[in-house]
Amino acid sequence: MVIVSSRLGPNDAAEAGPFGAFLRQFRKNRVGVVGAVLVILIVASAIFAPFVVTHDPTRIMVGPRLAPPSLDFILGTDQLGRDTFSRAIMGSRIPLLAASVSLSSALAVGLVLGLIAGFGPRWLDNLLLLVFDTIRSFPSIIFALAMIALLGPSLASVILVIATTSMPIYARVVRTQTEAQRSSEYIAAERSMGAGTTRILAVHILPNVLGPLMILVSMDVPAVIAVEAGLSFLGMGVRPPTPDWGAILNDGYNYIDRTPWLVIAGGIPIVLATLGFTFLGEALRDIFDPKLRKDL
Amino acid sequence: MWLYLGKRIVLAIAIIAIAVTLLFLMIRAVPGDPAAVLLGPRATLEMKAQLHQQMGLDKPLVVQIVAFFGGLLHGDLGFDVFSQRPVADIVFEQLPYTIELILVSIFWAVMIAVPLGCYLAIRRNSLVDQVASVVTVATIAIPSFVVAVYVLLIFAVTLRWLPAIGAGNNFRDVLIHLILPAFAIGIGWVGYISRLVRASMLEILGENHVRMARSFGLSEWRIVARYALPLAILPTVTIIGVGIAWLLSSAVFVEVVFARPGIGALIVSAVNTRNYPIVMGVVLVTTFLIVTATTLSDVANAFLDPRTREKL
Repeated sequence: MVIVSSRLGPNDAAEAGPFGAFLRQFRKNRVGVVGAVLVILIVASAIFAPFVVTHDPTRIMVGPRLAPPSLDFILGTDQLGRDTFSRAIMGSRIPLLAASVSLSSALAVGLVLGLIAGFGPRWLDNLLLLVFDTIRSFPSIIFALAMIALLGPSLASVILVIATTSMPIYARVVRTQTEAQRSSEYIAAERSMGAGTTRILAVHILPNVLGPLMILVSMDVPAVIAVEAGLSFLGMGVRPPTPDWGAILNDGYNYIDRTPWLVIAGGIPIVLATLGFTFLGEALRDIFDPKLRKDL
Repeated sequence: MWLYLGKRIVLAIAIIAIAVTLLFLMIRAVPGDPAAVLLGPRATLEMKAQLHQQMGLDKPLVVQIVAFFGGLLHGDLGFDVFSQRPVADIVFEQLPYTIELILVSIFWAVMIAVPLGCYLAIRRNSLVDQVASVVTVATIAIPSFVVAVYVLLIFAVTLRWLPAIGAGNNFRDVLIHLILPAFAIGIGWVGYISRLVRASMLEILGENHVRMARSFGLSEWRIVARYALPLAILPTVTIIGVGIAWLLSSAVFVEVVFARPGIGALIVSAVNTRNYPIVMGVVLVTTFLIVTATTLSDVANAFLDPRTREKL
């Protein structure tokens, strides 16, 4: 019987520092590279959107209505004669904004609540766990629709809903990691040397928790993009005429028996973005935390 | 075992109770009077007062919540003033369509995904496996409503092979109407479950009893089917229980895209008309479904695997 042992090559990390080692490992993951390229393209076109667009994305009748793709209108035009390509480029800003605002606030709240649950008294832990489980038991889209019924359709409602529904998962991960660290010997040693709770949390627990958390967040980005696009597909996200991926797809859906081009063009950015972020997230997870694979 | 079961059920009831209370408070906390929203801007004070009384809004909040819970125990989800019908009637009329869609979607997905996962585990690291590992991630990543719109465009609008809208009347018609919607919901699950089965299959194939079977000269397929699959299928059982939330979310979009009846389409139209009682009814029923499914899958898991029993 041959025993295969996997070991880190001693030269691998030493050659170019941790970042060089990461790059070399990342390049081997071809799908991850494709994801990274897609993500860079999407983020760049969102940032530099005003310079990328070929027409004014909100001006109507820059071309004929529902025109097929042509040299002038790369992805054709919509029912109001607006350029679909320019709308798709400009429309990348809303999903990316929604993702960054909602996930970073979910991360912040989840981090604090998770630390409290993991480090605080037992009853508080149980109470918070119950709250997390309650929030998670709402079906996200249906919960989102209920919130939108109350708050009215807007980007803010969408962001609030996404932040609320993603928070419990982060909090739970933080809590589990905190509990594991809390009972470890080096924390006991630190305590015996007179370290306060704040110091232990900030210096020891937090750095250990952040790694897995960042990977989870990066893997949530495509889901958030899907939810945002989905809600605006249902007409419950940003208000027209603001260009947005879900809204373009909805326009295409409404005119699906008149022209296939608008609906095809409406889906492409959503497909590329969700694929790009997913491939990138998976690659990052495989490199940094192969163990996390099991929990998902 | 019984203690675990009892604890789990108490927890499930607690979660539902908290969810209901939260939702109730949220609806009441919204700026604006639900009666005013329902009646529109031209409502008179008397009309509002009458509707308040009808909806029980004139009583203190605690009384309202207690009354609401009391009604729930009798299966009373409130009253829809628009259609003048009980909310429960409307929701339960639509629910079977959604359940049917979800069950058919997950059924075909499991039927394809489990053999696929086994095959990929046996042919691990082959070209097929490598291609499949990318394709399955892609099917998980692409949102179901995009898939729904694309298959609608290809098979219903362009090729005209399959119907674009509705749910069908007789058995054959119903099945034909389910093909595209169930494909849109199920395809992501094919990817997800096949990855899950592949991963747990690989883990089990490395264990001693499997090596033993192999040393007896049993074929790889026989080992997989007889000895490994019953164990490798466990995570799938859990995931389907938890995944009902995901299934319901996809159903919302797919019902809208294919203009199918169902609670997804119901809540979307209720949100558009600001019909709070219906929105609340759908949220309640789906929350109940999800908590029940999660609890059942947890209990099933504990029954099959004693280690998880300790966790609670």
